[in-house]
Amino acid sequence: MTPALIALRAIVLREALRFVRQRGRFIAALVRPLVWLIVFAAGFRAALGLSITPPYQTYTTYETYIVPGLCGMIVLFNGMQSSLSLVYDREMGSMRLLLTSPLPRWWLLVCRLIASTSISILQVYSFLAIAAIYGITLPWQGYLYVLPALAIAGVMLGALGLALSSLIKQLENFAGVMNFVIFPMFFLSSALYPLWKMAESSELLHDICAVNPFTHAVELIRFALYAQFNAMALVWTCLAGVILLALALWGYDPARGLVRRKG
Amino acid sequence: MTFKTCLRPILSATAISILALPALSEEIWVTNEKDDTISVIDVATLEVTRTIPTGERPRGITFSKDYSRVYICASDSDTVQVMDPETGKILHDLPSGEDPEQFVLHPNDRHLYIANEDDAVTTVVDTETRKVIAQINVGIEPEGMAVSPDGKIAITTSETTNMAHWIDTETRELFANTLVDSRPRHAEFAAGGSELWVSSEIGGTVTVFDVETQAEKGKIRFEVKGVHPDRVQPVGFEFTEDEKTVFIALGPSNHVAVVNAETLEVEKYILVGRRVWHMDFNTDKSLLFTTNGVSGDVTVIDVAKREPLKSIKVGRFPWGAALRP
Repeated sequence: MTPALIALRAIVLREALRFVRQRGRFIAALVRPLVWLIVFAAGFRAALGLSITPPYQTYTTYETYIVPGLCGMIVLFNGMQSSLSLVYDREMGSMRLLLTSPLPRWWLLVCRLIASTSISILQVYSFLAIAAIYGITLPWQGYLYVLPALAIAGVMLGALGLALSSLIKQLENFAGVMNFVIFPMFFLSSALYPLWKMAESSELLHDICAVNPFTHAVELIRFALYAQFNAMALVWTCLAGVILLALALWGYDPARGLVRRKG
Repeated sequence: MTFKTCLRPILSATAISILALPALSEEIWVTNEKDDTISVIDVATLEVTRTIPTGERPRGITFSKDYSRVYICASDSDTVQVMDPETGKILHDLPSGEDPEQFVLHPNDRHLYIANEDDAVTTVVDTETRKVIAQINVGIEPEGMAVSPDGKIAITTSETTNMAHWIDTETRELFANTLVDSRPRHAEFAAGGSELWVSSEIGGTVTVFDVETQAEKGKIRFEVKGVHPDRVQPVGFEFTEDEKTVFIALGPSNHVAVVNAETLEVEKYILVGRRVWHMDFNTDKSLLFTTNGVSGDVTVIDVAKREPLKSIKVGRFPWGAALRP
């Protein structure tokens, strides 16, 4: 095994172990979207059906509409969680240990991304299984097609987490990230409401939602869940992923980045 | 986007062809009340292939036995139009009485029994001589029409009198009148002609009668979760091939109820478009097509899975549906 693969294995295993040992985290990661699905969506049930918007071919209930958005929510929160644990690692010193490894730093960061994305995917599949038991089923192909979509969305949102963690100096600042990044990203997207609904209340809101990379990540997942492909969403998500990853790598570059400036 | 748009029909067509392999060139003809047109849906592709102009406010639609003619109730033109389905040309009009809304073709393939909503009569027209052969006084605002499989009994339901009127097709006279719940709109014979089913739109029920005695055998009530009971208004319904299951359109509740025809219990509610009126199956009865008046589309239901597959945009206010194999 090459050193690069050893590092990958070690980092993924560490994240996986951390995830498995922290049962509370796994349950919390599932409870959050389930509360949205069962409690929040119940209030907006839309028993008379939501208007048809692609990829749906017929009328849907709100509960069905919200599922891909909640998958996106899991990936988004997981990206942030991994950003939080990076900041924690930095405070505890284990981050320094990792970064002193002779392997290129970008590889170490990519390993972190792969680790956090794999965990997101596990969480999403667990959520989809519970949603299926609850009665929201998808075409069987959707469960396969969503895998690459989740991987792409996971890398993009994980890169966002990495970029943010390079900016956050202390653990306490994480609450600020929640307020200024996660919530606006989640609410200003197509996760909860279709974009035409946003346009009804405000064109500006609609435009903000339309450029939000999280919207495209959700749409990529939504189309994939219905065994369809949305090229526009793919391009946007990949583009955002590349930019955020570049930002994260720059942020962690000891010569130029923010890590150095902050000491 | 272009790739997406290219891929979508391929994927959906694949999905649908896996679910049901319909014979080629099957079509569902849908009358659009407000557009004065018929939308022709190709069952294989689930897309509208033709739009044919008709008289004013087309509602009831039915084909002759050999499918060489299609009869259309052009309500506001006060006529029943006879169309050549191949060319879409109107061959001639039939005298129908005023405001024909629904009709039924007698098993003899010759006599049309037409409900004249404004006139409180049922008109019987001979499609060969093109003459009215009888007009039978019924209750106010007749609408639902049915003929028993043996052709001996015709039924008219009157929306305001709230009755099912039983007509002897030989004497062309009423021989019984039975009360049903408010605003009966659709009637069908079932169980080999031994049962008559009548839907009541405002009453929110479907009543089952024993044909022999004209006595009520049972009643179906509906309750759609999250929908106000006032919106649950049963209208059109159709039986599956084995007659064990019946699909009932519930109007502005935007749902179709799946009912066990033996126990009269509702087994499922299927979400369709806005204000679902009537429906028809494809030839092997694997797909059901419902006309959704307000949303202007037709929802395709997978009969075996009891799930909606797709909603197809048609004209404004689609009303009747008929299969052309």
